[in-house]
Formats: sequence, structure tokens, C-alpha cells
Amino acid sequence: MTAEFLGIEMPVLLEAFIKVNIVVLAMTVVVMALIYLERKIIGRFQMRLGPTRTGPFGLLQSIADALKLVGKEDLRPTGADPWVFELSIYFIFVPVFVGFVVVPFAIGWEIRALELGLLYLLATSSVSGLGFAMAGWASDNRYAMLGGLRAVAQGVAYEIPLVVTLLAVAMLSGSLNLREIMLDQGTVPNIVWQPLGFIMFYIAMLAELNRAPFDIAVGESETAGGPHIEFSGIRWSMFQLAEYAHLWIMSIVGSAIFLGGSAWPLGEDLGTPFQLLLMGIKSSALIFLAMWTRASLPRLRIDQLMGFAWKVLMPLAFIQVLVNGFVIVYDLPLLLLTVQGLIGIVVLNWAIQRAVARPAGRPGIAAWAASEATS
Amino acid sequence: MEHTTDALFGGYISVLVAIVMGFILIVTALLATRLLAPFSRERNKGATYECGMLPIRRASTSIGMRFYLYAILFIIFDVEALFVFPWVLTLGAGAYAAYWTMFAFIAILGAGLAYAWKKGALQWR
Repeated sequence: MTAEFLGIEMPVLLEAFIKVNIVVLAMTVVVMALIYLERKIIGRFQMRLGPTRTGPFGLLQSIADALKLVGKEDLRPTGADPWVFELSIYFIFVPVFVGFVVVPFAIGWEIRALELGLLYLLATSSVSGLGFAMAGWASDNRYAMLGGLRAVAQGVAYEIPLVVTLLAVAMLSGSLNLREIMLDQGTVPNIVWQPLGFIMFYIAMLAELNRAPFDIAVGESETAGGPHIEFSGIRWSMFQLAEYAHLWIMSIVGSAIFLGGSAWPLGEDLGTPFQLLLMGIKSSALIFLAMWTRASLPRLRIDQLMGFAWKVLMPLAFIQVLVNGFVIVYDLPLLLLTVQGLIGIVVLNWAIQRAVARPAGRPGIAAWAASEATS
Repeated sequence: MEHTTDALFGGYISVLVAIVMGFILIVTALLATRLLAPFSRERNKGATYECGMLPIRRASTSIGMRFYLYAILFIIFDVEALFVFPWVLTLGAGAYAAYWTMFAFIAILGAGLAYAWKKGALQWR
């Protein structure tokens, strides 16, 4: 088998190897830039300056951090399970990295446009939950274990709304191939037909990434850092690398599926540099939104978090699939979906407001308090 | 696109390459830190938190039952989502039977979710 890359015919293995290496380089640069930008942007939100000392405007901060982390001693607690501890970072980073195979940077600019791309991406990226559980369990630290368990419970709960919402969108294109989903929205991006789907995807994405306000698993004030307490130096930086690489992947996939990727609004005849720019702008907007959310919202409690996933997002996501199917099967105008999506947003907002307005009503807490009082 | 074995599975060669590269990346980073980082023979550095206070017991405690409940629910609903995937790809205008069959399937699962909800399995306590 041969494949073409930059006009040169070469074996598939070599072509894949070159493309994966380009992605590795791009990922390293982008992750460093994201860490710097996140610190700068959060700093701005909190009326601080963020890093300023290393290089002009603190631009070299991430490089300095990376050098420092490489030069730090690699510790492993004596009580830790050596195999599970050593293997956990592979299980956290590799599944996320493997997702890059289907990420469409521009039309025709992915490592491989797999036919089952969306299923593949969802299947691989959810494996890193196992890595968090392994890291938490193996560290021989109660807070790490608690954080690992929380990470799994939360990842598992938000996995289903994420999968089902993306399924609902894939229905409109009739394909799981990310390239085809992107090309299918040349005139109208999917967010117009699926406004509720986009919001649910965004919420589930934040939860899958363990980002604020869903960072109960890794929150410093609750689990003292979560699964990566006992990891130091370069091992700890692998957690960071996986987190930001995952954020990058999800933002690109989100903009490809909901915002039309590099196909909308200027069509697929645009040159590749402009397509990359368009995709860059859209994914940067999603990433900025995630950072903005982190700066604005307080952390959720675990009962609110689980309740929200199972009682609000899950039913809404399944209803979305059924409504999409109805519209497709009976060949109704797609505008109905927009109306349904807007109604769904109102319902979602109502559910959130109701939960916020009624903070009591936790039988568990009441029973616990009563038993504490009697004993 | 032709659906030959090559077209369906040929792309997964790059998945294999990506997996290998991911492992190589971490191994390289660990080797770099092995070469560059200092190593101390201090005995106490392996203590939990390494803060000077010795931990009292090992960390392996019992895991809350609620985690199992959520895990079982997850397995049910995630397998079900997998069943929906092929249905999504083949659904077209006029496929009434396919639609109402899946409607019944999801309705049954919805009833299951309602049952779990009523039983309090979704209540974190």
C-alpha cells in the first residue's frame, strides 16, 4: 500500500510516521502556548499580570517550566504499587494522543480520515479515565485515591451525554467520518440546527477534561491536586500535556462538528492556509470560552455534578436523538430542530435555575446530620 | 469511498503508529529526566506527601458503594449508545419501522432510567 504526502508517493507506514511526528511537534508548541495563554488570560480576569519575567511578556515561561520539570527528581512513593504507578502515565497520555489521528486541522489535513472517526475518538479518549483511576489507586495516598475515583465517576457520567449529543449531530450528516461531517456543513453550520446539542457538548467537554467548574477530581482545595499528588517532575508534566492536548483536540473537534470547521462560511475551495486560519480562530474561540468559564464559575459539588449529568443532560440528549430521527425519517424541515433546540435550552436553563434556587433538599446530608446528632 | 477491507482497516496502520509514538514520547521524556535530574539517597523521600509527618495507615480503604452503582448504570447506557451508532448511520427518510423500533428501545431504557431515579440510585449521598 502506498500513500501520497506533499506530492510524493511513499509507503503508508512512512507517511503515517511523518504525519504523526508533525503532530507531535505541533502539539508540543500548542500545549506550551496554551499553558502560557491560560496563565495570562486567567491573570487578566483576576486583575493580575500573569507571567512577565521570563522573556518578553513572559513568553518563555512555558519553556522555562519545561526545563525545570525535566531537571526535577523523579519520585515514587515507597508504598506505591510500582507497576501501576509507572504505567498510569502511559494510560493517561497515549489514549489522548492517539485521538489526533482523526482530528481534522483543515480539509484533507488529518493523519487519516477514518470512516468511524467519531466513534474512534470517543472510544480512545475515554480510556484516559482508566489512567486517572490507576494513578489515584497506585499512589498510596488517600486524597489521590479519592481524586481518581471522582475523576472516573465524573468521566463516566458525562461520557454518555457527550456520545449521544455527538451522535445526534452525526445523524444530520449520516456519517461518523469527521471530514464528511465538516464538508456537510458548507452552507449552514450544525450549531444552527443543534443549539442545545452544542451547549450540552460544551458542558460535557468541560467535564470530560476535568476543567473548572467540573474540577472536583483535581481541585487543590478538596483533593489537594487529585490523582497527580504523588507525581513529580516530568511525570506530572505528562498530566499537564495530556490535559491541554485533550483540550486542543476537543476544541478542534467541536468546531469541526458544530461550527462548520474550515468548510464554513467560505466553502471548501479556500486555500489550505486560510482553512487552517479559520479552524484556528474557531478552536481558539472555544478554548477562550473554556478559560472564561474557569475564571467565572465556582466549582460544583459532587452531588450537583452527578445529578446534572444523569438527571438533566442524559434525558435531554436522548430526546435530542429521537427528535432528530423523527425529523429525518418524516422528511420535515430542519428549522423544527432549531426551534426544538431553543426550547431545550430554556428547559436546561430552568433545570439549572431550579437546582440553584433550591440548594437544600439533600436527604443524604439531613440523615447524616441526624445520625451525627444522636450518636 | 469503496468499502473494501483496505479502505476500512488500512487507516488503522496510522493508529498503530500513533500508539507507538505516544509510548516513545513518554519513554524519551523519562530517559531525559533520568539523565538530567539529580538523584538523592534520602530514605524519607518515599513517604506519602514527603512532608516529614509519617502516614498512619496505608491508603487502601474501602470504596463507596455509590461508585459501583454509577458504574453499573454507565455500562448499561454506554452499551446502549453503541447500539444506536449503526442505526444513526443507516437512518434515512421513510425508514419508519427502523425509527419506531429504536423509539421503543430508547423508551424502555428511559423507563429504566426513571426506575433508577425513583429508587434513588441517581441520588449522591
